[in-house]
Amino acid sequence: MREFDYRRADDVSGAVALLGADPDARYLGGGTNLVDLMKTGVERPARLVDVRTLPLDRIEPADDGGLRIGATVTNSDLAAHPLVRDRYPALAQAVLAGASGQLRNMATVGGNLLQRTRCGYFTDVTRPCNKRVPGSGCPALTGEHHNHAVLGASDHCVAVHPSDMGVALAAFDAVVSYETADGPGELALADFYLPVGDTPHRETALPPGALVTGVTLPPLPVAARSRYRKVRERASYAFAIGSVAAALDVSDGVVRDARLAFGAVASRPWRARAAERVLTGAPATAEYFAAAADAELAAARPLPDNGYKVTLMRNLVVAVLSELAEEAAR
Amino acid sequence: MTTATTRPTAVTGAVGTAHTRVEGRDKVTGAARYAGEIPFADLAHGWLVLSTVARGRILSVDTASVLGMPGVLAVLHHGNAPRLDVDYVGMLGVPPDPTAAVFQNDRVPHAGWPVALVVAETPEQAREAAEALVVTYEEEPHDIGFHAGRPDAHPVDGHMPGVTEKGDLEAGFAASAHVVDAEYTTPEEHHAMMEPHAATALWDGGRLEVVDSNQGTTWVVDELVRMFQLEPSAVRVRSEHVGGGFGSKGVRAHQVSAVMAATLLQRPVRVVLTRRQMFSLTGHRSPTTQRVRLGADADGRLRALDHRSLSRTSTVWEFVEPSAGVARVMYDADAHRTANEVVRLDVPSPTWMRAPGEAPGSFALEAALDELAERCGVDPVELRLRNDPDRGPVSGLPFAGRDVAACFREGARRFGWAERDPRPGVRREGRWLLGTGTAAASFPAGALPSTAAVTAEADGTFTVRIAAADIGTGARTALTLVAADALRVEPDRVRVRIGDSDFGPAGIAGGSMGTRSWAWAVTAAVEELRERLVPGAPVPPEGITARSDTTAAVAGLAQKERHSFGAQFAEVAVDVTTGEVRVRRMLGIFSAGRIVNPLTARGQLVGGMVWGISMALHEEAVRDGASGGLYGPDLAGYHVATHADVPVVEADWLEGTPDPDDPVGIKGVGEIGIVGAAAAIANAVWHATGVRHRHLPIRPDRVLRAGGPRV
Repeated sequence: MREFDYRRADDVSGAVALLGADPDARYLGGGTNLVDLMKTGVERPARLVDVRTLPLDRIEPADDGGLRIGATVTNSDLAAHPLVRDRYPALAQAVLAGASGQLRNMATVGGNLLQRTRCGYFTDVTRPCNKRVPGSGCPALTGEHHNHAVLGASDHCVAVHPSDMGVALAAFDAVVSYETADGPGELALADFYLPVGDTPHRETALPPGALVTGVTLPPLPVAARSRYRKVRERASYAFAIGSVAAALDVSDGVVRDARLAFGAVASRPWRARAAERVLTGAPATAEYFAAAADAELAAARPLPDNGYKVTLMRNLVVAVLSELAEEAAR
Repeated sequence: MTTATTRPTAVTGAVGTAHTRVEGRDKVTGAARYAGEIPFADLAHGWLVLSTVARGRILSVDTASVLGMPGVLAVLHHGNAPRLDVDYVGMLGVPPDPTAAVFQNDRVPHAGWPVALVVAETPEQAREAAEALVVTYEEEPHDIGFHAGRPDAHPVDGHMPGVTEKGDLEAGFAASAHVVDAEYTTPEEHHAMMEPHAATALWDGGRLEVVDSNQGTTWVVDELVRMFQLEPSAVRVRSEHVGGGFGSKGVRAHQVSAVMAATLLQRPVRVVLTRRQMFSLTGHRSPTTQRVRLGADADGRLRALDHRSLSRTSTVWEFVEPSAGVARVMYDADAHRTANEVVRLDVPSPTWMRAPGEAPGSFALEAALDELAERCGVDPVELRLRNDPDRGPVSGLPFAGRDVAACFREGARRFGWAERDPRPGVRREGRWLLGTGTAAASFPAGALPSTAAVTAEADGTFTVRIAAADIGTGARTALTLVAADALRVEPDRVRVRIGDSDFGPAGIAGGSMGTRSWAWAVTAAVEELRERLVPGAPVPPEGITARSDTTAAVAGLAQKERHSFGAQFAEVAVDVTTGEVRVRRMLGIFSAGRIVNPLTARGQLVGGMVWGISMALHEEAVRDGASGGLYGPDLAGYHVATHADVPVVEADWLEGTPDPDDPVGIKGVGEIGIVGAAAAIANAVWHATGVRHRHLPIRPDRVLRAGGPRV
């Protein structure tokens, strides 16, 4: 494999300075995705800047009642944190639904957001892929795509984002903080991932050289009654073929507030705002839950072999929201 | 007949008593060294370069640019590699797979074909240069389209006749009260053992030494001797610890290319395959498409049976996945036809993979039996009992103990089958629909000639030497117990040395024949030794060694239908709104002759049943039509069951009917655990949902599309 330079950063500004503007340099978090991609030649960085020991490993309550999560918090620590489990249970469930115990001990919050798609054409350097080599083509459109996107994709790329954690963060209006040589910045998760369009190789709105430093969750009472459910092709250690993060506030049989996001259906964690609009103020019944799902999935554009995802997501939304509504009624 | 898992069967009682692996401590502490981690002075490292096209011709290999890269020592390819002799039939009765006999011409017959080996001082340098090596091809259109009804499908014999037939099929079906006619498919599957293939080759004092990970050092020596045209005594292959084989660890590109490079450079060269390379270089189980037709009387007794299986092979090597062979053992009918057909495509060569033929064949046949039970309104267990033949349906030979009925009766009792409501799609628990299913299992009990040496040492211990292979099965421990009982000493006085071709010819760890074959040779050598040991007389310092060769004894074994048998039971939960299928519990009751070590035998049987879960629900290598290569060939993309997929899996065995003609009594447990397991699960999915799933794996998207009763 290609030789590379390895540096360990002592602080955030040092890390940003070490990376500089070098397009061949990468930040190294837990390495659970980047190192795999280096082995297969998808990533061939000339320099790695190890940020895993930066002092960004805290989870702290924010003054407004929200939560600040450092970028180097491990997935394991995030899922185990009492405030996460109490206030944002779907987030803890989502993290625990991903990967394996060993991987969660290594993987970081920042790295999780920036992990790459597991599309088998993206990870095989002998195949075309517009995300890996812009303009080379997308074999998934006519090839294997039974786990590819049904929402927000384009003729240039139909890959899905693999994160579970990101789905819960999307549902809860998370904001991503970053640092650059010009100072800090913030991006709402809704704006963090770019639309696919004809530039699938441009995945995030982060400025060049930016280091993700953390994620902030706003205070969100509805999130205390939330759930993440993931469907995959084996019981553990597999990426989702469809997942739902949902939060529901029901009183007197009417939905007062709802948050809904989908995983494994798009190039990014998919916030289901159209569904939320149907839900808010509607009776908390399966009929309206299905109508909400249909409102969101009306935009679905399935390929020949992934149309089942539309059915799956509709069923998942109804099932998860019904469970939350039943719990609220108790 | 009772279940007997710990009954001692010999004088000291070592055989039949649970015994942890003699090398277990070495393995869990890391002291046991595997082929890729044994140190050698002056070791160079080879990295294989595989084709990126699925069919064509190599136009050029640009060696000049990589020979200047740091550490690079050599680039081997078809233009400079030594010519090999590939015109022979090896000890397993087949010619060599050209995928292993590397760099002999410029043809590329499939994606991932080995085109070059880059050798360098370090593995990293070799890999970097291998990835930088530019190979140009004249690409030709490829054909990987595998489906029923291909006009070029043709019957192939393989290790059994391609076609058997008796009686008038159409008359049999016409006279049947019930007919099942269905097509079943199984996908391309891969062995996916933990330890990748790895070999180090070196010349030492005029002898070629290969330190390898394989299923039989005799086998690998035999092939290398023939390919490189060497004296048999000039080659030694060692393979002490093996992290899984499942049929894939024979002669492969890694040993042959390492020998080429070691010969060229006159220094030790190691070649280790990556997981991705393994997916095209080390064989796989062909996909199958199988049509099963069953005709039966009103009470379910078979009148006509037709099982036709199509599998796929490469254009350079012929291998048939003999799925239709199962019915030749399991079920009789007046009209009976079985056919194993093959089509040649531009794909890598398939090979033996755990229960070749029986695994996919039992899925189709036992699922069809379940459909017949439904049609006839006969309980699936009862249907098997009514169709239990007393002679080989095709051979006409007597069975050396056919305990299928006993396995079903004991299994049904322990599983609680009697309480089963036969109606499908009516049991609910929350979002889950529940169902149970069953299937029969069988696997041949063959034996291969082997030699062994047993030495009585001067210190009162004994050393057994045999070129056996412990590929994780516990064979080393089993042979220790067998030798101890034969010697009438405690196992701790017996040291078993294996995995070295210098110990003399021996059979492979394959076909569930290893322990049976080697135990036979060890027992024979001990008998010889005991005759030579004079009670009370001192043993000389060099010890007293006796040798055995079972060639004549194996050939002289009376002709019978010799098999292990079993009955599989499974309970599943299915959520038809998400497509998720979860196995809740499995029970396998087997009759496999004498069980040497209950601990490791159970491991083999349970391991096979877990393979059955994987086969039913997870495993599927997806071939990309455009490139001809695999989509996502790694262990993230190729799913096998995880711990969370494996619930309570219980395996047990019956003492079984002994065969007085058989001097060993061991039948083998390595493969039968997978046989019938996928069918039992698929049949349980039908019982849960009312929907037949005839195409494996039963993925969530397939369950969702098929639907079923809503909870």
